Amino acid sequence: MVPTTMSETPELHPGARRIVRVGASGKPEIAIDHWQRLGDDDPFPSLDALPVLVTLARAERDRQALEQRTGAWGVWVPGNADPEQIAERLRDRVLVAIEVTKFTDGRHYSLARLLRDRYGFTGELRAFGDVLPDQLSYMQRCGYSSFELAPGKSLETGLRCLTAFSVSYQGNTTDPRPLYRRRA
Amino acid sequence: MYRYDHYDQALVDQRVAQFRDQISRRLSGEITEDEFKPLRLQNGVYMQLHAYMLRVAIPYGLLSSDQLRMLAQVSRTYDRGYGHFSTRQNIQYNWPRLQDVPDLLADLATVQMHAIQTSGNCIRNTTSDHLAGVARDELVDPRVYCEIIRQWSTLHPEFAFLPRKFKIAVTGAPTADRAAVRVHDIGVRAIPGPGPDDPHGFQILVGGGLGRTPRIAEICREFLPREHLLSYLEAILRVYNRYGRRDNKFKARIKILVGALGIEAFSQQVEAEWALIRDGAMQLTQAEFDRVAADFADPGYAALESSDLFVQSLALSKDRALGRFVASNVIPHKQPGYSIVMISLKAKGKPPGDATAEQMELVAELADRYGFGRIVVAHEQNLVLPDVESRHLPDLHARLSALDLAEPNIGKVTDIIACPGLDYCNLANARSIPIATRISDKIEDLDYLHDLGDISLNISGCINACGHHHVGNIGILGIDKQGEEFYQLMLGGSPGDDASIGKILGPALPSAEIVDAVANVLRTYIDNRESADERFLDYVRRAGFEPFKEQLYGSNDHV
Repeated sequence: MVPTTMSETPELHPGARRIVRVGASGKPEIAIDHWQRLGDDDPFPSLDALPVLVTLARAERDRQALEQRTGAWGVWVPGNADPEQIAERLRDRVLVAIEVTKFTDGRHYSLARLLRDRYGFTGELRAFGDVLPDQLSYMQRCGYSSFELAPGKSLETGLRCLTAFSVSYQGNTTDPRPLYRRRA
Repeated sequence: MYRYDHYDQALVDQRVAQFRDQISRRLSGEITEDEFKPLRLQNGVYMQLHAYMLRVAIPYGLLSSDQLRMLAQVSRTYDRGYGHFSTRQNIQYNWPRLQDVPDLLADLATVQMHAIQTSGNCIRNTTSDHLAGVARDELVDPRVYCEIIRQWSTLHPEFAFLPRKFKIAVTGAPTADRAAVRVHDIGVRAIPGPGPDDPHGFQILVGGGLGRTPRIAEICREFLPREHLLSYLEAILRVYNRYGRRDNKFKARIKILVGALGIEAFSQQVEAEWALIRDGAMQLTQAEFDRVAADFADPGYAALESSDLFVQSLALSKDRALGRFVASNVIPHKQPGYSIVMISLKAKGKPPGDATAEQMELVAELADRYGFGRIVVAHEQNLVLPDVESRHLPDLHARLSALDLAEPNIGKVTDIIACPGLDYCNLANARSIPIATRISDKIEDLDYLHDLGDISLNISGCINACGHHHVGNIGILGIDKQGEEFYQLMLGGSPGDDASIGKILGPALPSAEIVDAVANVLRTYIDNRESADERFLDYVRRAGFEPFKEQLYGSNDHV
């Protein structure tokens, strides 16, 4: 189930949430999202079409059950995971979510960048946890494409933060060239 | 010097707008202080003992006269009419109001200045040799690479939340390190290529630092071709970001990681990471190098005869104030007929590194009149006029004297490096500035001061070591002993090519005794040195601590 662009502020279904997402055009927008993040012992949602996120351990354990559901499945990993250890198992997922345990712990930025640049992950890369509007721009430039903000944080502020800069010295996932190869 | 193009200017302007938005969200309560703290730190705003402090970046210490005038104007408009030049070539304002900071930064942006990443756990202002571009012993102008590093590190998305702060220093003089590269997280040393026709490259040092665990940097790579500079730095930063400790802020600097792994294992990790990125888009292009280097081309020097003999004769002038000034504050320039003039911010009775708005404006005016409008901030907290025609030295000296800027003590024991100390800082255990001023007052006799020769004296008010006491020939560390200010005396430190960490001489001394103890140490040196050619540091290294201990503590088994 693909998140849909929000035109007004409708009532959300149980289990749905609003997130910030960078659309295919590269423009950030607020979207409604239905992915269900599961702990290793949480039951699958009763609605079979709801997409779920599981840990790598559970993906291995419950592979068959995941494949039998109609809903898509993705993986969530901690921000300090080693891409060398996990990238192979993430490559074909439509969505990988990285947990930011504390916004001041910057390891997940390297993880995201390496998943994109070194291991060729092309699906949706999402940040969740202690995700604050003021870090979204750095996250996007490291390859994240959607953001589940920390509880209570303003999505509108998040959108504004993503467009604060029109220029960056460094390359990014979509264009690896640093400014000195782009200067005109 | 480097001039912003529309990209550089847009980035700095947008940064001001971003921070303005963040401050207003902080003031409205939309963001908490915990969330705001890293944001304000990475815009240079510190919480000090009494108020916020703003640290403005002076990339590799280089200023135009217009920029210096703006720093003066800012100090009048938003502060108390003075600024403090720091040991990392920045300037600090002690009294701005948080709500004024966006306007202050907007004013700075009009002269291509900013406060980006001057604190916080990110890559800080890249520092360099204060004689860059004009020293006779320089192989390469390091400022070109400093500017390239500045741009790479500015708002780098991957390295904004490192385990701890990260400092890079660059020297272009392979035999005369004036940038203290061996006590930085990364030290970059320009060195000649392996063959006579090969271009220069870099030796990369890693894991140096002061603070609680002083450490001399070790060699991570012997020779790095220059086009790979940024990818190699990126590889080091990535290894550090991923594997540096985050469980204890006192063990989070890269030096702890290098120490724990050992330099061989650490550099193997870096090399493995670098191998995967070295041939990518980060390779420095000749076009970019040329673009930046053009901004650092020599100013239009006049073709003049050598002025070396003229300057030597000035040093012996019957006007002793002028003579002493020339002898200690004037350095030979690479260009015949020109001199480098050091302006001491260590006048007697003044806090080291402080300059008033009037002093800044005078220096800006003198730079325009005598020195192509350029000024450099030295990490020793002094200012430099790098391009003065030697025939103007007497006039320049007279103009500087009028505003107490001609103290003839560069490199001398009263050219003290000191942190703000307990007077300003909420980390400090003891005051630093009053100790510095009392030492200057104690050594009144200028002939004695000059007879003592080159001695560095560094004071820190706590073990965080902002005054770099470990690498002073004489180091003083303030400690708290049951609520009283005590001072430890260290000898033998050096930040240069012969870098070493000083060692503690004996038991800490109360505030009332520390200044006499320094005088005692100096007297012991004068009385026992082989000749006036034996520098203080050389004497300490040769004679050891025994002569000092005997004189100071009365016996050599006191400790």
